[in-house]
Amino acid sequence: MPHQSGDAERRRVVITGIGVVAPGGIGRKRFWDLLVSGRTATRRISHFDPTPFRSQIAAECDFDPAEHNLTPREIRRCDRMAQFAIVCAREALADSAIDLGRIDPARVGVCVGTAVGATVSLEQEYVVVSDSGAHWQVDQGYAVPHLYDYLVPSSVAAEVAWQVGAEGPAAVVSTGCTSGIDAVAHAVELIREGAVDVMVAGASDAPISPITVACFDAIKATSPRNDDPEHASRPFDRTRDGFVLGEGAAMFVLESAAHAERRGASRYAEIAGFGSRCNAYHMTGLRPDGREMAEAIRVALAEARVNPDEVDYVNAHGSGTRQNDRHETAAFKRSLGEHAYRVPVSSIKSMIGHSLGAIGSLEIAACALAIDNGVVPPTANLHESDPECDLDYVPLVAREKQLDAVLTVGSGFGGFQSAMVLVHPDRRGRR
Amino acid sequence: MTVPAVVTGIGVVRPTGLGTQQYWSATVAGINGIRRVTRFDPEPYTTKLAGEISGFDPARHLPSRLLPQTDRMTKLALVAAEWALADAGIDPATLPEYAAGVVTASASGGFEFGQRELEHLWSKGPEYVSADQSCAWFYARNPGQLSVRHGMRGPSGVLVADQAGGLDAIAQARRQIRKGISVMVTGGVDSALCPWGWVALLAPGHASREENPGRAYRPFARDADGWVPGEGGAILILESVEAFQRRGGARGYGVVAGYAASFDPPPGSDRPPTLRRAIESALREADVAPHEVDVVFADAAGVPEADRVEAEAIVDVFGPHGVPVTAPKTMTGRLFSGGAPLDVATALLAIRDGIIPPSINVDDAGAYPLDLVVGKARRRPVDVAVVIARGYRGFNSVMVLRGLSSGRRAPEMREGNWNGDSHH
Repeated sequence: MPHQSGDAERRRVVITGIGVVAPGGIGRKRFWDLLVSGRTATRRISHFDPTPFRSQIAAECDFDPAEHNLTPREIRRCDRMAQFAIVCAREALADSAIDLGRIDPARVGVCVGTAVGATVSLEQEYVVVSDSGAHWQVDQGYAVPHLYDYLVPSSVAAEVAWQVGAEGPAAVVSTGCTSGIDAVAHAVELIREGAVDVMVAGASDAPISPITVACFDAIKATSPRNDDPEHASRPFDRTRDGFVLGEGAAMFVLESAAHAERRGASRYAEIAGFGSRCNAYHMTGLRPDGREMAEAIRVALAEARVNPDEVDYVNAHGSGTRQNDRHETAAFKRSLGEHAYRVPVSSIKSMIGHSLGAIGSLEIAACALAIDNGVVPPTANLHESDPECDLDYVPLVAREKQLDAVLTVGSGFGGFQSAMVLVHPDRRGRR
Repeated sequence: MTVPAVVTGIGVVRPTGLGTQQYWSATVAGINGIRRVTRFDPEPYTTKLAGEISGFDPARHLPSRLLPQTDRMTKLALVAAEWALADAGIDPATLPEYAAGVVTASASGGFEFGQRELEHLWSKGPEYVSADQSCAWFYARNPGQLSVRHGMRGPSGVLVADQAGGLDAIAQARRQIRKGISVMVTGGVDSALCPWGWVALLAPGHASREENPGRAYRPFARDADGWVPGEGGAILILESVEAFQRRGGARGYGVVAGYAASFDPPPGSDRPPTLRRAIESALREADVAPHEVDVVFADAAGVPEADRVEAEAIVDVFGPHGVPVTAPKTMTGRLFSGGAPLDVATALLAIRDGIIPPSINVDDAGAYPLDLVVGKARRRPVDVAVVIARGYRGFNSVMVLRGLSSGRRAPEMREGNWNGDSHH
């Protein structure tokens, strides 16, 4: 039996590389610059003509796959979300300075979160095979060979595994809007149980398409502030009127602390705890008491051995729907007690919108960079809080603060509630 | 010590079998559920056969409110879960808060529902898109609906790894059991048998073009020409041994004793495929030697190259003709995320009854040195079964199931000695 401290080091999981594709700029540096500036990357939809839709706003990425060294074949076969994931995985690997040639491929795995997978390509291909919806019996003659890869989103895990040369476990986690947290948590679990030493994990979604916009129109979940798209994502603000759809991806290199130490890797943060619960209440509705999210937070803090009053920053789900912002404000009070009123809470969705399954990983990236830089990103567009949202939401301006333990949460359709705790790898990591 | 996870409930929705009894007797008898597609006109398409579920009337099983909100696969999953919970004798609403969760696999989205709404959008306009579309088609719809319906508020999730994902979901449910959750609802149910799903399923060119249901899906045959798509799957109830024993007298089918997953190198690589390693890792975790395995449920792609890789891995681990190999999915077609959970259910029933169900329509068993169980079921005691599931683009997952040590009673929990507690 290996002795205890070696075991403990194997069970700790650290982030050693980050790759980001986000609205407002490609790459983790531009992403972080945007977040600390408090600027917003929401705008009128340009991917298609949004005129017939109730909500005509999105946070879009200015992304040209050819600029990021994707081959013409990769561009042809990969949906936009898979292209994002590949570019992020490459950036994360380069950032981690890991030499995969020296690692047994069986000890490297891949896990990618996504809520709606290749929905843009699926819709485009549907339009072709159905002749714009004219035929129920669609025409197989027009179906592209990669249609199955669009149908079944595990194809994105395959694409990333091929990039990485990973031969360990590979999978997609698809739990709607908590996918980005849940996929990273799944990867952490695989490292902890010893199945692998390294995981390339994160999440990607590129949902900005007519069908997605129509879906959210139908339930009035997205903001109709079409005359002012730059200020449409207004989490916790009294005048908020729905979320703003986004797109993007974040991927990480995750390693056991022992593995990272052996190769002298620099670490952004340790992923110390995770919890997930279901509200079993309604597919889209939330009970105002935040009970299940509070429980997920409690579980995550307990696993991380972080007391509620030790949380230095809360990255909120903060979607900007009326029910979400009240729901999670209640959840923070329920789980953190009086400390909820003292700890800074912010929503980066105010700047980069809500990219469904991807956002959880983008928020983990924001938390890791916040710990690394000692800066709390702000909530943009927050001028007057809703009276029921009475916490410190870090309005408009970023704040310098030493961050030893941070909490990030997600909440999504299906009733999924997830929470993750990240800690500074030295100040909090070694317990 | 790891806490063993016991399967205590099975719910099956499958061509030729709604419910465990019907499906198991059809499976043992080798009844073919593959036939010409009836749900749409298959004539224009290169594949015309499917494993369709017939005689399923959701209104008989589900509240009317749920019917217009859900895709067919979700209706099937809701019914399978209800049967599985009833089989286990569990009402999640009576369990402590957060004691039960749901982790299922998914492959396709709710495509039949989705095709209708895409048609509304593109032929009529955005205002005709259903308010239920956002929740009916996305990949997490089944656990969402299952948790709401049964008040299960514990950890939940969805794994996607094409046809391998079904085992990954069961393994994830087992992780939650190990972390202290009492009851997990797991498995997978899939269906994409609408024209839009159909052309997507056929896109890789691996589906059989054969029109004779008796010759369409013949894995490991020399002239195998592909697989047949089907619909359905199985929902399983997984419990910790502790919770299971606390309920006293409850039945159990067997334990999930080992699991491993791997991903193959890209096409054209000179590195070897990884299935052999996954089988060996899963056996190692189960503390089972290859000669102790009584049956292997093969992935059985029916695509010559994939069949060859799988046959070689089985032969490498178990030796030529070293273990009975079967593929009951020859009766149903491939069920995507539902296929592997159904194989797990079938393996557990094989353990219960000492019967290895056959592969049908495989008339040329000589292509590989495998002991294929063809034509009719084989009676023999089964204690350890291995299920192999492989997904398009390189996913491999392997699970080892083991019978409970004293028939279908609770196993004794002995620290450090659980895995060695064999009744051979």
